[in-house]
Amino acid sequence: MTWSQLPILTPVVLLVGATAVLLTGRIRPSLAHRLATATCASCFAIAIALAVQVHQHGPTHYALGGWSPPIGIALVADTLSVYFLLVITGIALLVMVGAAPAVERNTPGRSAEFFAISLIFLLGLSGIVLTGDLFNLYVFLEISSLSAYTLVSSGDERAGVAAFRYLILGTIGASFYLLGLGFLYSVTGTLNMADMAMRLDPAAVPVRLAAVMITVGIGLKMAIFPMHRWLPDAYTHASSTATALIAPIMTKVSAYVLIRILFFVFGTSMISIDLPIAQAIMWLSVAGVLVGSTMAIAQTDLKRMLAYSSVAQVAYIGVGIGLATPLALAGALLHVINHATMKCCLFLVVGAVELQTGNRKLSSLSGLGRKMPWTFAAFTAAAVAMIGLPPTGGFFSKWYLVLGGMATGEWWVVIFVLGASLLTATYFFRLLESIYTRQGSELAPIKEAPLAVALPIVILGLAVILFGLFNSSILDLFLRDAMPPGLVIPG
Amino acid sequence: MFSETTQPLWALVPSLLAIPLILATARRPNLRETWTLLAALSQCAVVLSMLPWVLEGRVIESTLWSLAPDIDLSLRVDPLGFLFALVASALWIVTSCYSIGYVRGTREKHQTRYFASFACCLTATIGIAFSANLLTFLVFFELLTLTTYPLVIHKETKAALSAGRKYLAYTLPAGVTLFGAICWTATTAGNLDFVAGGFLSTKHGTTETLQLVFLLFMIGVGVKAGVMPFHSWLPSAMAAPTPVSALLHAVAVVKAGAFGVLRVTGYVFGPELLRDIGAWTVLAWFAGITLTMASLLAIRQDNLKRRLAYSTIAHLSYIVLGAALLSPWSWTGASLHLVFHATLKITLFFCAGAIYVNTHIENISDMAGIGRRMPVTMAAFAIGSLGLVGFPGINGFASKWGLALGSLEAEQGVFLGLLVLSGVLNASYFLPIIHAAFFKTNPAFDRVAEASPWLVAPLVITATISVVWGIAPNLGAHAVDLAMLIATSVTGEHSG
Repeated sequence: MTWSQLPILTPVVLLVGATAVLLTGRIRPSLAHRLATATCASCFAIAIALAVQVHQHGPTHYALGGWSPPIGIALVADTLSVYFLLVITGIALLVMVGAAPAVERNTPGRSAEFFAISLIFLLGLSGIVLTGDLFNLYVFLEISSLSAYTLVSSGDERAGVAAFRYLILGTIGASFYLLGLGFLYSVTGTLNMADMAMRLDPAAVPVRLAAVMITVGIGLKMAIFPMHRWLPDAYTHASSTATALIAPIMTKVSAYVLIRILFFVFGTSMISIDLPIAQAIMWLSVAGVLVGSTMAIAQTDLKRMLAYSSVAQVAYIGVGIGLATPLALAGALLHVINHATMKCCLFLVVGAVELQTGNRKLSSLSGLGRKMPWTFAAFTAAAVAMIGLPPTGGFFSKWYLVLGGMATGEWWVVIFVLGASLLTATYFFRLLESIYTRQGSELAPIKEAPLAVALPIVILGLAVILFGLFNSSILDLFLRDAMPPGLVIPG
Repeated sequence: MFSETTQPLWALVPSLLAIPLILATARRPNLRETWTLLAALSQCAVVLSMLPWVLEGRVIESTLWSLAPDIDLSLRVDPLGFLFALVASALWIVTSCYSIGYVRGTREKHQTRYFASFACCLTATIGIAFSANLLTFLVFFELLTLTTYPLVIHKETKAALSAGRKYLAYTLPAGVTLFGAICWTATTAGNLDFVAGGFLSTKHGTTETLQLVFLLFMIGVGVKAGVMPFHSWLPSAMAAPTPVSALLHAVAVVKAGAFGVLRVTGYVFGPELLRDIGAWTVLAWFAGITLTMASLLAIRQDNLKRRLAYSTIAHLSYIVLGAALLSPWSWTGASLHLVFHATLKITLFFCAGAIYVNTHIENISDMAGIGRRMPVTMAAFAIGSLGLVGFPGINGFASKWGLALGSLEAEQGVFLGLLVLSGVLNASYFLPIIHAAFFKTNPAFDRVAEASPWLVAPLVITATISVVWGIAPNLGAHAVDLAMLIATSVTGEHSG
């Protein structure tokens, strides 16, 4: 095997892993979880190897079946891809490590199926970030979406409805993407991203139509306001493990698709000068930040509150994409890893609380800070990062976003972005206050979560702070090289 | 390892290291408190070890790593930062002793959280003092907001929780405002490093823009400094245990705000630009009104700690006023008041706490006759009060003298008038307390005696320091020399 085959290895390992997990589940159910964790661990290792490879030798291409592009399908691992791949596989590994008790509780006797679907879900996501072919991207998008619908439906009694709604809207989004892609194919005759970028005529009507359709389709998957309505239900009713897996990475990968297609295929000038796509994304995202934060304040269910805060936080990424300046885009990309880390941490804490107390109402958290000190120390770090206070990662994503906004003179965006952090502070400090000061109503002895559950949470809590303190290392290692052509981060 | 460039770093280490140690020894209170005391002592020693270098005029800088393109997490020790760090770390020692006596005397709950949060706060404060640029400053400034919160709500009563919410409702928006102002500075000036005399100039924007940015900066740091109309969190925050009020709400947190005002006016905008855009008069008037209004409001308070809180608001505005007047003497006075007000106000809070631990009395009207039973405590209280009134022979006189000279130097006699008026008002809200304490009798206090030595020793020490510095202000810490250095470096000249 040569190093150039690394890009295909992640999907292959996940596919084999999923099959193996399903089969072992029939024979030795207890092995299924270990196998799934091992699969995720090896994928994370492959992602690291690929990152090193890309860092040393530049983008790595792999032609599927030996058919070279533009005829065949190419997998392309560049810095942007491996950055997202690291986020996906890293989060997946941390979720998987402690997933066994919660999954067994939610879907008794069918854990193996759950883990197998999770691996297929990851296969879809890693395929999306690795492929260099627009139709192949659609296929992977559907793989990840279909498995996400399945994962969501494995939750509580209302999960079925939420999953169905998610399915309908997700399919509409995918159809928009496919339709847009059809226009592009009819004009250019190619599906390869690099090839298409060279052949596109920004003035042609079908191209413009396609740009709008693809933005709408992927925007729906990314839950950009006002297309976010599927998200709160899906995240709330899915099982805690499914939410912890889907919430941190699914919308981020949609953001990847948006960045990849808008900036790398269409080009920065077309989406910000020829067409007001970037501006539209920016203003819709600003609305999303405000609506998501406000709705989060009104919630009494912890998961629903976090779901609405996801709408707001993903919108920060949208703001960065919409501003379309180097620093703002860097802020958006930084927020991808930051928000993935903190949201995963928060949802894992929800899972741990559900596991230990059997409840997830906001009021049930009262006084838990003393009973589960490690879990809630991490929760606090993640909450502080959500608000955007230093020295956590959330602060620095906002720093770059605001600098990017100021550079283009978008003062209102700056004001809304900064103001929204106060809305976030409102609901998180309210939560922290009750976690640490009130006495729990139940006298039942609640203990700290088991090690396998608590350890990933603590790791994520630490990561939230480290990603903030060493954000410029992330910037130098990944983001500078991940920038689209024509955009250069100063400094 | 202990070279000149790593010394600012080592100043942060003791309190930082103390946090995990305190948490780990939660079950062994004596060992836990040993860590606090050791950390406080070593922190003060490290800070003090830099005094010779600072006096020589050397600026010690240590850069940790890059926080953002072209902006480092960087510490720098200059005279102003040194002075603030010295006050905070030295008073942490006495406050630690006092805290131990206090929390054990009142049997406070969650003592581990209390001491750990205290160590966090001190780390943030020293970080603020030694920040070399605005971003580092912001990081520590927000960290201070966060780590003070658990101390404000420490008692977990309804009043404490609502004080906590109020505290956040004031300080978080201020943090956001400061964040916006710093982002503007980074975008426009491309530089965030503090420079004595300022690094912004008229070429960075129109007068209106610069005025707006200055306003944002002042809201950002002014909320912690209790400048009216952003002051009302401070009296509410008196719901915290007294040692917290003593060190944080008289020294570390509120002084961090006043320090921020000094940093922004002297090291970001600079006297020249502030004169050009005319912003200094606005700031001076805000400070002038605050120091008068707060003194008037203080008279109306019957709760001793609340009266002290209003007095703090007034005295912080002395510092803000000194910064705003932009003259060498006003800067000398402001820098000195940063130090001298700290020893005086902490003495007063220590006294309030000692009375509370012994008698559970919080209201001034109930304190008549207490002086006969707690003579040492009330004598220290008298020294603190007279110092704040501006009585010669106590250190508060020296800093007020500087401020008075400064307002004449800046040809703003009206502010001298306000200072004198405020001195009179200080006397009118402090002296009746002392009079009633010593010259009235109350049979209810027959069985009351002095508080435990853990509580009395700290207040005797701080009162003694106040008197010693009143007679020889330059003794030990070279406070006057340092204040002169600060004033000279910021305003460019010094007639003294």
